[in-house]
Amino acid sequence: MSKWIEVGRVEDIPSRGARILKTEGGDVAVFRSADDRVFALDDRCPHRGGPLSQGIVHGWKVTCPLHNWVIELANGNAVAPDKGCATKYPVRIKDGVISLHLAANLVA
Amino acid sequence: MKRRLVVVGNGMAGMRTVEELLKLAPDIYDITVFGAEPHGNYNRIMLSPILAGEKTFDEIMLNDEQWYGNNGIALRKGEEIVGINRNNKQVRTANGQTVPYDRLLLATGSEPIILPVAGHDLPGVVTFRDIRDVEVMLEAARKHKNAVVIGGGLLGLEAAHGLMKQGMEVTVVHLMDRLMERQLDDVSGAMLLRRLEECGMKFLLSAETESISGGKSKKKRVTGVKLKDGTRLPADIVVMAIGIRPRTALASDAGIYCERGIVVGDTMQTYDPLVYAVGECAQHRDQVYGFVAPLFKQAKVCANQLALMGHACYEGSRISTRLKVTGIDLFSAGDFQGGKGTEAVVFQDAGRGIYKKLVLKDNRIQGAVFLGDAVDAAWYFQLMRDEVDISDDRDRLLFGRSALGDSGHGAENAILSMDDETEVCGCNGVSKGEIVGAITENKLFTLDGVRAHTKASASCGACTGLVEQILAFTMGGDYSDTPTQRPLCRCTEFSHDEVRNAIRDNGLMSIPDVMAFMEWGTPDGCAECRPALNYYLLCAWPGEYVDDVQSRFINERVHANIQKDGTYSVVPRTWGGLTNPQELRAVADCADRLGVPVKITGGQRLAIPFVKKEDLPGVWRELGKAGLVSGYAYGKAVRSVKSCVGKDLCHFGTQDSLGLGIAMEKTFWGAWTPHKFKMGVSGCPRNCSESTIKDFGAVGIESGWELHVGGACGPRLRATDLLCKVGSDEEVSEYAAAFLQLYREEGHYKERSSAWIERVGLSYVKERLVDDPAARKELSERFLYSQRFAQKDPWKECAEGQVAADEFSPLKMVVER
Ligand code: SRM
Ligand SMILES: Cc1cc2nc3c(=O)[nH]c(=O)nc-3n(C[C@H](O)[C@H](O)[C@H](O)COP(=O)(O)OP(=O)(O)OC[C@H]3O[C@@H](n4cnc5c(N)ncnc54)[C@H](O)[C@@H]3O)c2cc1C
Ligand code: SF4
Ligand code: FES
Repeated sequence: MSKWIEVGRVEDIPSRGARILKTEGGDVAVFRSADDRVFALDDRCPHRGGPLSQGIVHGWKVTCPLHNWVIELANGNAVAPDKGCATKYPVRIKDGVISLHLAANLVA
Repeated sequence: MKRRLVVVGNGMAGMRTVEELLKLAPDIYDITVFGAEPHGNYNRIMLSPILAGEKTFDEIMLNDEQWYGNNGIALRKGEEIVGINRNNKQVRTANGQTVPYDRLLLATGSEPIILPVAGHDLPGVVTFRDIRDVEVMLEAARKHKNAVVIGGGLLGLEAAHGLMKQGMEVTVVHLMDRLMERQLDDVSGAMLLRRLEECGMKFLLSAETESISGGKSKKKRVTGVKLKDGTRLPADIVVMAIGIRPRTALASDAGIYCERGIVVGDTMQTYDPLVYAVGECAQHRDQVYGFVAPLFKQAKVCANQLALMGHACYEGSRISTRLKVTGIDLFSAGDFQGGKGTEAVVFQDAGRGIYKKLVLKDNRIQGAVFLGDAVDAAWYFQLMRDEVDISDDRDRLLFGRSALGDSGHGAENAILSMDDETEVCGCNGVSKGEIVGAITENKLFTLDGVRAHTKASASCGACTGLVEQILAFTMGGDYSDTPTQRPLCRCTEFSHDEVRNAIRDNGLMSIPDVMAFMEWGTPDGCAECRPALNYYLLCAWPGEYVDDVQSRFINERVHANIQKDGTYSVVPRTWGGLTNPQELRAVADCADRLGVPVKITGGQRLAIPFVKKEDLPGVWRELGKAGLVSGYAYGKAVRSVKSCVGKDLCHFGTQDSLGLGIAMEKTFWGAWTPHKFKMGVSGCPRNCSESTIKDFGAVGIESGWELHVGGACGPRLRATDLLCKVGSDEEVSEYAAAFLQLYREEGHYKERSSAWIERVGLSYVKERLVDDPAARKELSERFLYSQRFAQKDPWKECAEGQVAADEFSPLKMVVER
């Protein structure tokens, strides 16, 4: 089943940072960019599974802490010439409250 | 309405300008490009490898027609511009059409000089400039036997080599008594001659061409060359490669001021400010260039000006030459002849065909010639361009980079003899073959490009020099457009030093301030510049700057080392390597509770690995109770001070190394540095603390201490340099503090002290620290001042929940999904 789940408020995530959501299916990284957009990706780098939530967030991108791949937050794609994609989750913000739509992977 | 930019010349300089312009301002111009040649834009310097059969035409196309289309550029190939009307701001094509412009860019290149001797216009007499010329030569090689090349310069020899590889008998006729006289001195010229003769090329030096003869009937092609001394050479093809002349007629006919080339200023504007010129046709500060590296620099400046940014200036280039003849390794740059006030350092081994010469002036490289072994050429050229003082390394300089401490890689430096399988980048497992493949396939010409496509040199960087050499070899020619001052990262054009100076001089206090002031190209930087800026700011304003946690690499953010599986390792300080049962018990209990082992590190400490992030604050609390604080094993910071037992215990010991080691670690811990900073203190010259491979090392002697600086033992082993000898422990600390502060203030972020010292020179460091006690004292005091704000144990702060508690706990637990 898939559903929208409230996970917290925008301010709960540091600006240009991330926090994780623990789920049975693994960790989901929830990012907040400098312009207060929120994005959610599987917390596994398409390269070798590095925890993306621990990377440096710049623009709408994050640099993986293990080997510096750069991942686009909006779609999970690795920035060329690296190739790969981290699963992304739809995000909704209402009155400052973040909801994620889980188990509805947009990207295979 | 968009402005109209018309570009005349579809060659390397013109199109590079357009590429740079599209990067800066893709939308302000409607661009029309006229090119007399019937092709897209191709890499002219690769014509030589094509002639030699080493490359194909497809491989050297830089921008195909689709590229023009995709970027909305109207390419009018095969159309020549024959006139400019500056009053109406129009250009006129050969078939009489006019096209208006708001800005005009002239990139008409050069034309080869043709000897006006009888027969110069016979079929089979060609120059060596474009694809058409090469086609004619290849055709001749298929059907005929004898070739004569007039001109023994760079182009002539490359043409001769190519024709020979196509199976022809080649004679080079040269007016001078030495080959490549503009790039080689007598000795190297003679050695090159012998090498080429061994390959089967024939030469007639000091020989002047009188006429070229052809077959009887009118249409018949060339048959021979006659020299002034009466010699007759049979020839089915004659290549004239005696020089080039900037194509200025179009400009001068339009009243634009020309001398040898179209005269431009530092903004690449001609006498008419609406008209720009770049490339071989342009003359800047009395120089015209015939190589691509300067043209690319000009292109960058010109694009910046065209994009109405108006701040870049072209200040001229130093150029270097390589001969693209397989099997012959030749490099020449600058003033290689030398003269008054200069001295030459020469190495010559005629048997192996090796000649190396550096011309020095005031201990700086002015020029260089290398024949037979030019693997380090790029490095020497860099030293020359950066005007590095080489007095410290003079005795070993000619033996190459490896002799100066690039241990473990020296043997691999011979790019030519390296086979394709050889691993170049040990971090990412990239072989030479893969790098060469990526360069040719993706038409890469910068280190960044190679890094992005192969990851080679993208990690520890130890192989950077090698990769650059492979790049240079694969591209042939000096294809590097690396500016002398490399930008800090791709978000900016400014270098590390420029950014640091701006921070200091303009009182910039935060990362957003710096980015706004220096017009960063990205909204909030990238993972490369943000940590660097954070460091530069905290170093400049120790008392005021508020650390930006989100601009720190994860390790420094959570004060532990991230590991492969996303867990962390925790390394507390063991001052000077000395611990006690209470501390050991705390570590053991902690490991017990978590069910993990304990690792003895290479830095004389204990590490608890496999700690989950959320467990970190708990671990710190527990360790903190036993008095243990963070060892900063994760940071660009002062690390351990490795100490041996010293004179109280050791029967050889002359000084109390343990005592001093502990004292130093207590003074220095907590300091952030450009890269990790390790220290060692040994009680006697047996040096059991390996002080001579540390960033700062002290070795006890009867009379006091020897101080050593700039050592490292990472991917690139470097033994320290001896700084000086001192008598007391206090002096050791003062020197250490001053050295550390100098490095903190001037080292580039991620540059070990070993690399920094090679960049600035030991003499400079001695000047500041040894020769100038007042400067030393100031530095040391500045360091101690900054320590007042730095020595706060981050573990304690986190364990007590003072900072970033949200780092360590998940946002939410979702049990079911
Ligand atoms: C734990 C330790 C290995 C061990 O088990 O013994 C270690 C572990 C790591 N080292 Fe080291 N180094 C350790 C001693 C060394 C030593 C030996 C020494 O200090 O005597 C060296 C060579 C000496 C030197 O630095 O000059 C060393 C040279 C490096 C380098 C190369 C630095 C350079 O010059 O470029 C790196 C890479 C870097 O820092 O960029 C590195 C990086 C690392 C990192 C942080 C990997 C990384 O970049 O993420 C490793 C973390 C592993 C982990 O999971 O915790 N480690 N590392 C050692 C901790 C020492 C300590 O107590 O602080
Ligand atoms: C065989 C060979 C090997 C070389 N090897 C090296 C090397 O190893 N390293 C190195 O750095 N450099 C090398 N060079 C030099 C390098 O190729 C040139 O410096 C560079 O190509 C010059 O660029 P440009 O844009 O100024 O001129 P070009 O590349 O010559 O471009 C000018 C273009 O403008 C066109 N044009 C001229 N007038 C008109 C007009 N009125 N209307 C329309 N179109 C016009 C021309 O047809 C030409 O296509 C080599 C050159 C040659 C020929
Ligand atoms: S601890 Fe150091 S040497 Fe060992 S694998 Fe990690 S980085 Fe390499
Ligand atoms: S795991 Fe992310 S870059 Fe390697």
